[in-house]
Parts: sequence; C-alpha cells; structure tokens
Amino acid sequence: MLKIESDKCTACGICETSCAFGAITVQDDVAVVNESCTLCGACVENCPVAALRIEIADKRRQHDIGTYSGIMVFAEYRHGNVAPVSYELLGIGRKLADQRGVKLSAVLPGGKVAPYADTLIAAGADTVFLAEHPMLEHFREDIYAAVLEQVIRDQKPEVVLAGATAIGRSVIPYVATALNAGLTADCTRLEIRKEDGVLLQTRPAFGGNIMATIECPDTRPQMATVRPKVMAPAEPDSSRKGDVFQVQLPEKCVQSKVEVLDSVINTDDRVNIQEVETLVAGGRGLESEKGFALIRELANELGGAVAASRAAVDSGWIPYPHQVGQTGKTVSPKLYIACGISGAVQHAVGMQSAEIVVAINRDCNAPIFNIATYGVVGDLYEVVPRLIKRLQEIKK
Amino acid sequence: MNIFVCIKQVPDAKDVRLDPVTNTLAREGVESIMNPYDRHALEEAVAIKEQLGGKVTVITMGPPQAEAVLREAIACGADEGVLISDRAFAGADTWATSYTLAMAVKTLGAFDLILCGKQAIDGDTAQVGPGLACRLQVPFATCVQKTRKVNDVAIEVERMMDDGFDVLRLPLPALMTVVKDINEPRVASLKGKMRAKKAEIRKFSATEIGADPQCVGLAGSPTQVVRVFSPEPRGDRKIFSGSVIEQVDQLVECLKAHL
Repeated sequence: MLKIESDKCTACGICETSCAFGAITVQDDVAVVNESCTLCGACVENCPVAALRIEIADKRRQHDIGTYSGIMVFAEYRHGNVAPVSYELLGIGRKLADQRGVKLSAVLPGGKVAPYADTLIAAGADTVFLAEHPMLEHFREDIYAAVLEQVIRDQKPEVVLAGATAIGRSVIPYVATALNAGLTADCTRLEIRKEDGVLLQTRPAFGGNIMATIECPDTRPQMATVRPKVMAPAEPDSSRKGDVFQVQLPEKCVQSKVEVLDSVINTDDRVNIQEVETLVAGGRGLESEKGFALIRELANELGGAVAASRAAVDSGWIPYPHQVGQTGKTVSPKLYIACGISGAVQHAVGMQSAEIVVAINRDCNAPIFNIATYGVVGDLYEVVPRLIKRLQEIKK
Repeated sequence: MNIFVCIKQVPDAKDVRLDPVTNTLAREGVESIMNPYDRHALEEAVAIKEQLGGKVTVITMGPPQAEAVLREAIACGADEGVLISDRAFAGADTWATSYTLAMAVKTLGAFDLILCGKQAIDGDTAQVGPGLACRLQVPFATCVQKTRKVNDVAIEVERMMDDGFDVLRLPLPALMTVVKDINEPRVASLKGKMRAKKAEIRKFSATEIGADPQCVGLAGSPTQVVRVFSPEPRGDRKIFSGSVIEQVDQLVECLKAHL
C-alpha cells in the first residue's frame, strides 16, 4: 500500500504530476491515493518532503535462499544446432560465476545432444547436464519445462539464464511459475551487486522508451531471459575441462500432451532477424514488392538480412517474420539501414536500440532522422544503388 | 465451446516517455488502449465461437477504469466481461498476475480454451500466458500464427518459431497466446457498441476469487523494480546534405570503421 503521512504532506502536487496512472490527487491540502495506484514508486521518489512510502504488509519470502549456488544456463538445441544465444549466455554466465566464485553449468535437452557437451565446456561451462530422449528432439513446452524444473530443483542454482528466443520465452515463464521464482524477460544487461550478490537485471520496457533494472531479493533461483546478440560469447577454449552428466528422466517427465505434427523451416527466410548484426529494412517508400530486390542486394553486400516496416508487410511485399516494430520483432543489430521508412514510433520502438542507424528517406522531415546516427536525404532508388556500388568498390 | 480471453489495458506506447528532469513516467496525454495483441486473441476467440458455438468471456485484471477495454471487447463480439480489481493487486509482476488470473479462472469455472495476446506492449514480457498455463496445468502454445483446425476435443495450430513454425495438436482444455498474423480483428459494429454500453460487467475482488494475500500484488511478486531510467541517447547524429553521390560518399566514409 502507498502510505501518505498527512502531517508531512505540503500539498505541493509534485506527486500528482509524477503519477503516470492518475492515481494520486491533492484534495483539501493533502495528497490522496485512489484505486489506480500500481505501486510503481514514482511519487515516492519525487516527494520533496518524504511524505510518501510504500509499505508491503506481508511479503512472500523463501526461506532457504542461502542453499542456492551456481549459475545455470539453458542451452537451446533445434534442428541439429545449438542456438548461438546459448554461447552468449555462457559468456555472460562465466563472468557472473567468476564474480560470485561459483560454478557455471549448462542444461541441454534434446534428442541426441551428447556431441555438443564439449563445445559448451569450451565456451565456459564447468558442468553440462545432458537431457537426452527421443521425445526431446522436438521442442514441446510441457516436457521441456518438466526437464528444466527437475534439473533446477536438483541442482539449486542461484541464477538461471535462458535466451529470449521463441523457445526460451515460451518455456521459461512456465518453469519460473512452477518454481515460484522471479523472472525478468529480455534482459540486455546483467550484473552482480557487490554488497549482497544479488543479480541486477536490466531490460527495456515500453518498446525501449524506458529501461528498468529489476532484482529478485527474496526468491531463488533468480531467472532471466537474455536478448540474443547483446552478450558476447567467450572465445572457445578447447583445453577447458568440465564434467558431463546424463540427467535421469523418469517416464512421466517425458510424457507430452502436445503432438508435434510438423516442424517447418522457412527456407526462403531462414535468417532470424533478431540474430544478425546487420539489417537493411524497407518501408512504404519502396512503393512496390520489387523494391525488396534492391533491399536484398544491399543486405547481401553487407552480409546482413532483410527487415521491413509494418506498412511493407501489410502491403504483402514481404512476410511477417521480417517485421520490426511494436507488433513485429524487436531487434538490436550493430547496423540498421532504414530505407523509405518514415520512422513512426511504432517502428522506432522495435529498432532504436540498434548501435548505428542509417536513414535513407526523401522526406527530410521524416521522424526516422531523429533517431538516425546517419541520415541520407534522397530517393532510395538513387541512393541504394550508389551505396551498393561504393561498397563494392571498397571491397576491391 | 467455452472460451476465456485475457486482455489488458495498456498506455499507448507512443506516448510513454520518462521526464528527463524528474525521471518519472510522464503522464501528460497518455491514452489507455486495449493491448494490440489482445485484439487478435479476442478476434480468434469470436471466430472460433462463430464456428462451433459457445461463449466468449473476456477477463482483465486492472484498476476500475480497465472496465473500458472489457466494454470494447464486448462491442467486438465477446459475450461477457469480468473485471478483477483490488487495491491489493497493485504492483503485481507476472508471477502474481498469473496467480490472480488463475484464481479468477477457477472462480469462473470450466473452460475449453484460454486465449491471450503474445505479450502486452507496456511490459513486453510475454510471461503471463505461459505462467497461467502452468497454474491451470493445461497444455499451451505461445505465438500461434494460425488455427488450422478446431473441434470440441482438440485444436491444431501453427506456432511461430525463430526459424519457421511448428504445427501442434493440443487436447482441450488448452491455452494459447497469439501473434498479430493470426487474423484481422473486426471493427465494432453499431449493434455491438449498443450491447457493450448496456452490458453488465462482473467484478471480483481479491477475496471473491479466494486469493492468498501473500501471492497477489507487490507482496506476491518475486521481482522488484529497483531503478527506471531513460536509454542512453544516440551519440553524434549526422544528417548529410548535397547530391546523392556526395551524401553516399560521406556515409561510406562514416561506415568504413564499422564494416
């Protein structure tokens, strides 16, 4: 509950203006809170006379948190590959483990995954738990969750990290709920607070308009999904040694209610735009489907992939998996080249965390130029071919 | 077919900014809307109801004014709206939210299908759907892009993956979260709007759903926000000028270091 000390309150109204939810108003010389309060704490921070505070009457606390130790990574396997994000998780996981002076482990569920144990160790893992079963060849939420829950209950790690991928973001919330553990989605920064060893998890909210740092002080494990391509994988070291264990799977653990009838790989767009370092994106300014041939050519020249604005997807020029923005994907590549995209906020929230943004647009007043690192004002059908030509020249 | 749709009222993302001076969420002009993904969940529910018969109930947890999105949902084809509202729910993270929704669902009784949007655009966590499935112990699929077949005992769907899609068959009751590719939400009809205006919204408090006070709101939330801040602004920005050739040359010069 938000408590207001009426004798301290000066009715200055700062809390009223700082509330994003219209939950606090000054009435008869004192601030009054209503049912819209979300306990975000904005008013508490802003009150100049410290008249406000948040009181938690009966906080749920876990009592054995001291018995949890170690950092654990969920290594993701699909269609014959370990997802690149798994190595990135081991990269950051190694740093966190060294800081805490604890071990780093990886859990790898799949059909036949033993050959990958060594690469996980080379990437930083001290211990690898292999969960091998024919039923685990295809991803199914229920049995993947059951396997992860079992390993976590047995090993009691203080931190569990997973990729913020389709698989990670589907199964991990289920596991966290089952374990009564706190979970932070789509983190872009992780660090250990020196004083108490708590994991500080930073993530974008409101499509990147706001960053929030989150902690789980009273529960273990502290769980987080981590956005791909944000953390750096460690340089593989094949001389590293580690232990490999086979997880014993009781039959009920691998019984699924879900039938996988088919698993289709998009052959034309095999690239996941969230995993690439360079994206060339096309929007309404392309004026037709043909424009994407040019976009693709530039993307190929840069070794990147093709993205699109909602307008281009809605026009049917390119399929939905390429869409960046509020109702598409959130991407954070090193280089994002927006061609003929006006840069409406709904698009911007999906790409503004890119390291470098290049905007190519005819309209010098297009909002995309406000978030661009570099802006080229001109017709993309002149600019892009010229750019391709120049890039080819440099290569030579 | 008894279908529940979980929806959320969210601030329109384009209006949300941190005040650079006070470091607080700036309220001015922030409009509340139905979470865009939830519109697609609702449309899918209404379409399935139209095919198989049954009832669509929309559920939201939120402050009293969240009633507005329930009425909007009724205007777009839902039969009934349920508002779960209590001061005790304030400050809930996804763990406490899925708990609260699960208690509400149990209060409402048996269901065949629960639909949710893939994620809400204010938090972008995508965690409440899977959490709710865990609490209700039903099979689930996230990011569904297409319903292939549905009958009274099972649903066959395409679930979007990072490299394509999986085709899954889930026995009912089940839960799924949907992406916007799944359908084109209808616009409210005049008749629907009239119905929404008159509709009675059922309201539940924490006690009415039998919620444990230690599991709801801030008290029940394992995660805590310790700091909110604006992302670092982009460094030096350069908008080139001159002919296309000149501008491209300048751009290539700037990009060279990064290629």
